[in-house]
Amino acid sequence: MLELVWLIPALPLAGFLILVFAGRKLGEPLAGWFATLMCGGAFAATVAVFVGLLDKPEEQRQFQQVLFDWLPVGGLKVQLGFLVDPLSVAMALFVTGVGTLIHLYSIGYMHSDPKFSKFFVYLNLFAFSMLMLVLGNNLLVTFLGWEGVGACSYFLIAFWFSSEANATAGKKAFITNRVGDWGFMLAMFLAFSAAGTLTYFTNGNNVGLLDEGTLAHLTAYTATAIAGLLFIGAVGKSAQLPLYLWLPDAMAGPTPVSALIHAATMVTAGVYLMTRVSPLLAHGYTWLPAAIAVIGALTALFAATVALAQNDIKRVLAYSTVSQLGYMFLAIGSGAYVAAVFHMITHAFFKGLLFLGAGSVIHGMHDEQDMRRMGGLRKYMPVTAFTFILGWLAIAGIFPFSGFWSKDEILISAWGHGGSPLWKALWFVGFITALLTAYYMSRQVFMVFYGKERWREETPADDAHDSHLEPHESTWTMLVPLVVLGVLSTVGGALNLPFSESTKFLQRWLEPVVGATERTIDVPGAVQYAFGAVTCLLCAAAIVLAARVYLQHKLEPVEPEVFAHAYYYDETVSAFVGGPGEDAFEETAEFDKNVVDGAVTGVGSLVQLGASKLRLAQTGYVRNYALGIAVGAFILIGLFLTRAVG
Amino acid sequence: MTLADLHVTETWYLVLGAVLFTIGAIGLLVRRNPLVMFMCIELMLNAVNLTFVAFSRALDDVGGQVIVFFVLVVAAAEVVVGLGIIVALMRTRPGATADDISTMKG
Repeated sequence: MLELVWLIPALPLAGFLILVFAGRKLGEPLAGWFATLMCGGAFAATVAVFVGLLDKPEEQRQFQQVLFDWLPVGGLKVQLGFLVDPLSVAMALFVTGVGTLIHLYSIGYMHSDPKFSKFFVYLNLFAFSMLMLVLGNNLLVTFLGWEGVGACSYFLIAFWFSSEANATAGKKAFITNRVGDWGFMLAMFLAFSAAGTLTYFTNGNNVGLLDEGTLAHLTAYTATAIAGLLFIGAVGKSAQLPLYLWLPDAMAGPTPVSALIHAATMVTAGVYLMTRVSPLLAHGYTWLPAAIAVIGALTALFAATVALAQNDIKRVLAYSTVSQLGYMFLAIGSGAYVAAVFHMITHAFFKGLLFLGAGSVIHGMHDEQDMRRMGGLRKYMPVTAFTFILGWLAIAGIFPFSGFWSKDEILISAWGHGGSPLWKALWFVGFITALLTAYYMSRQVFMVFYGKERWREETPADDAHDSHLEPHESTWTMLVPLVVLGVLSTVGGALNLPFSESTKFLQRWLEPVVGATERTIDVPGAVQYAFGAVTCLLCAAAIVLAARVYLQHKLEPVEPEVFAHAYYYDETVSAFVGGPGEDAFEETAEFDKNVVDGAVTGVGSLVQLGASKLRLAQTGYVRNYALGIAVGAFILIGLFLTRAVG
Repeated sequence: MTLADLHVTETWYLVLGAVLFTIGAIGLLVRRNPLVMFMCIELMLNAVNLTFVAFSRALDDVGGQVIVFFVLVVAAAEVVVGLGIIVALMRTRPGATADDISTMKG
């Protein structure tokens, strides 16, 4: 059944093409159902491939399907091919699975939007691009998907582009991603010049970029450079410091987009890429993984503190996503690739759930996003509230919800990394972040679903939010995904329970891919249990503290201005880029226009000038030409005579 | 010295050829009438022919005479083209000199 792999991206692509031409005709809600069907079909195909892979013995779980030679240019031979291995199938499973749920949810959420069918055009295109990214068997196909998801992200953030802010947010996301993409491109150039190929693995003849044969004669320097440049791309795509700043603004898009692209799938592409090239990371210098872990940990802490003081329901979740992605990079840096993928999957479940829940709240509150005007919603939106609480407990790391298991594994792997005290410090940063996460997520839940019904206290002038516009529960298409994701968030930890080797399903599954590069941690079981228990208890304490502050109002909330402004980082960057930066860019443009273009046009005008002088020799008088010939003949004769004499 | 003693050597033919060629070349350069210029060109061609024949005889090599035939054939073709141009020119612009036709001026 492995041969079905081409169907996985082909179905969303077909959906995209059909919806482009017939979307308007299908209209609402048929276009949405069709798109959902296509994504669901991709999920079914992925399951079939997954089953096919399960049938094989562990060491043979790698399959490549080449559709055609894409770019045969000289020494560069790029095929359009798919790589099926445990990692790509695990990714494809949750991308299509969560993707299908979010397609379904969007049918309800985008109800009566004038651009209903267009939304699903983009959504299908996104699913196609993401699957190309995940399933590509070489860096260029991955890059194709990488750019594709970036473009879709842009289209969807700026979906309601009639508002200036949305259009700007879209541009910001796209441009910030481009900054990271040059790293990806340079990495490809370097990989080609150093290894002569962009293909990850070649079956048998051992000359793929990540095959041992190639790695053996790749210097540590080159391997570090390639992996480091790819990491720059990952920093952009996965919104890490210092390129995180597009993600909070990306919340301008419709909420299903935030859930699908900016929480569950696209932003995890960087984590996937680093896991994919883990042989390069292992082959290179050790400072690179350490740097990745440091950036991840700092991002996690930074974003968690910022999330403490946000009042927009989606911005809290956006910063929370940045923070959780930081955890994943901490895991990558620690060499705990399984933990990174594990957290990526559980995060897709609970963060997708939280975003969809937030969307349901926004929908029920008639497009209100300010948490200060919410409260007490659990009475009006019982299903949303219940599932949101499941997601909250999962992200807060409460036993036995999924986030507890995956986050714990990352913290343990940082602690058990050994080597320098740096890793202990990183563990501490991660630990503090876990407590902050529990705190700010509790703040959100209490502000939205508990407490006073603040939306009743509208100013009289604000007639848009009349009291007859009571919050309402969403339709079933929106609730079904919430319930499914709620269940997955609750039990998702079962993917990789740390009790014994036999319960580590995900680890055993990913063994063929990352087994060689995964760092084994030697932390005794008892210590691991103790860490888990302590983290869980302290997270519970953080929740209690949040309840004291935001539920019982016994304590003053601590929401410093500096957190609300994200340490003024965005403002500083904007001021710099808009001020001296813009001047520098203008100067560069001038330089380009005058010096670079000047050299090119200079050559042209020099030729033109010479020609305009030279053409005067062409007088049109026959006698002049005849004289020229005569003089030439004399010169030639003279030349021959002197030669003959000399 | 009587006329009979006068022995005509190759040099005489060569000098005659050179004189004819020079007359033709100067005529081409100084005259403005297209027909006259054309005749000058013919003169130059035949001066060269004469030189070829002279050398051919002096060196006892038939190659020179063969080349003369080639020159004659080429000259015949050239006459056809050249006279055609001149006739066409004279039809449109009667009495035109070579300097009047300078539309190819750069």
